[in-house]
Amino acid sequence: MASKTIHAIYNDDDLLLHAVKQVREARYHIGEIYTPFPVHGLDKAIGEAPTRLAITSFLYGITGLSVAVLMMNFMMVQDWPQDIGGKPSFSFITNMPSFVPIMFELTVFFAAHLMVITFYMRSRLAPFKKAENPDPRTTDDMFLMEIDATNHNVDDLSKFLYDTGAAEIKLIDNK
Amino acid sequence: MYTLSSKLKLTAIILIVVGAIGLVYGFISTPSNEEELKELLAADAHGEHDSNQVDATVEVEGHGSASDAHHDESSEAHGETAHGEGEHGDSHMEHVLHQFQTKPWSALFVSAFFFFMIALGALVFYAIQYVAQAGWSPVLFRVIEGITNYLLPGSIIVVLIVIFAGTHFYPWQNHELVEEDVILQGKSGYLNFPFFVIRAIIYLIGWNLYRFIATRNSVAQATGSSLTPYKKNFKASVFFLLFFVVTETTMAWDWFMSMTPHWYSTLFAWYVFASVFVSAITVIALVTMFLKKAGHLEFVNDSHLHDLAKFMFAFSVFWTYLWFGQFLLIWYANIPEEVTYFIIRIEEYNLLFFGMIALNFIFPILMLINSDYKRIPWFVIMAGVVILVGHYIDIFLLVMPSTVGPYWSFGITEIAGILFFLGLFIFFVGTGLGKESLYPKGNPFLKESENYHY
Repeated sequence: MASKTIHAIYNDDDLLLHAVKQVREARYHIGEIYTPFPVHGLDKAIGEAPTRLAITSFLYGITGLSVAVLMMNFMMVQDWPQDIGGKPSFSFITNMPSFVPIMFELTVFFAAHLMVITFYMRSRLAPFKKAENPDPRTTDDMFLMEIDATNHNVDDLSKFLYDTGAAEIKLIDNK
Repeated sequence: MYTLSSKLKLTAIILIVVGAIGLVYGFISTPSNEEELKELLAADAHGEHDSNQVDATVEVEGHGSASDAHHDESSEAHGETAHGEGEHGDSHMEHVLHQFQTKPWSALFVSAFFFFMIALGALVFYAIQYVAQAGWSPVLFRVIEGITNYLLPGSIIVVLIVIFAGTHFYPWQNHELVEEDVILQGKSGYLNFPFFVIRAIIYLIGWNLYRFIATRNSVAQATGSSLTPYKKNFKASVFFLLFFVVTETTMAWDWFMSMTPHWYSTLFAWYVFASVFVSAITVIALVTMFLKKAGHLEFVNDSHLHDLAKFMFAFSVFWTYLWFGQFLLIWYANIPEEVTYFIIRIEEYNLLFFGMIALNFIFPILMLINSDYKRIPWFVIMAGVVILVGHYIDIFLLVMPSTVGPYWSFGITEIAGILFFLGLFIFFVGTGLGKESLYPKGNPFLKESENYHY
């Protein structure tokens, strides 16, 4: 069965936020919202689950710290414990202070880079990826709300959206 | 309007009285001559078999060579030059006696400075908020002003202690020592008693003057209709911050670094400042939560708490960064004249020295990293108490190894010092909070601050 969506375009972010609340109260399903810039509070208004990116970053940081510790413990203490300038390489702890800069940097390195890569993967961003932009104006000054209209009366829904302040309303037929 | 409850007032007075008794006991119970010291050391050695104490008694009997290393190190901590071999036993006993007599002074100073620095740090935080024109913090201004009410009594006590401690703290005040010490002679242009006292009085006047002006303007702003008091406060805060950066640096040199006048570190003053600042922010957060819980701060929401907790977190990390920056550079280069400072701290204060890192760094970083936890009062209180304990130890480790060396203990005198100044702190902060309405009316950023949401 062919699905139908409605694209409602707004030209103001306050209007958009207000409309999102009304649409959710009327129990229509918002598919996606396209905005030219971050609109504060939009994620809460849509009811988006909070991101877990920070948690992954923390875990990556711990991974980086472990890599640094294991690497330096193996290289400097176990594999070839040379006397370099009188530094005590008898055990990891006796020479620990000189490893701290590397431990710190690797923690940050892993936390930052792996989190960014996670972000790219989760949001499916990559070079040569085809842009999924329903209307080029949404990258400039328009706000577009995509609403699933498959099981609704299109006229009623259009009227409702018009009342929320939409500047343009389009019916899209996905065949 | 907040009033210090009679229960809290009574608690504060009891703390002050108990603390005062303990401090007096501490001063009375120090050995006044070498015979008493010998008895004390002998009793300790038999009772505890503590290696240091045994060392000391061995030396009394004239076998000094066995513990030469130990003696050199503690005298290094006191900035003395090596003594001749012949007079070793006698001068050592004199030295130990001196360190024992310094103990109550050090205990007094550690606690006095710890509570004073909270008031001072709060004042700096206040000035920074003014200068930065922060939009989130004005609702906390009266709380901070209340905390800085302790500044005047606290700073007077601290300045009196450093002036009257004399050679207990500052070996460069011992004229005989300076005569035979080229290094101390070289520093005598800066480290001499009259200049030392003048500097201390300049700090005292400058800091208290700013507090006086700032609170007066803040009250004037609440009653007046123009913004003039606010603008005056802005200017005063700018000049205070400039003044503070300089005086805090010299204060750290004067009061702490000159306890070991042979040792120096360029980063030292910043490191002391980090400790001052993080403790102050922690206390601001604790007092805010206390007042909010008691229903005096309806206009403070959990976003303000979140911001304070972020500051606690960030400055704990900052403190650790400076601590490690100082430690790593000295440890790595291992230059004898610099490294003595850490040798005595690692050998004689091992658990405190490294335990402090766990309390001041690992604990706060794990507890306060989560955004949700920063909004839960009991979580922030828990982290705050740990941070405060950690920074008390930090001040303890600034003072004790330099003044009493290996003969430190944590007993009646130290606890009494904490109780006494805690009582004083509660009393003055409580009365300070009760002086004005906790709602800082008239501040141009108040509306923004009330609606602040993170």
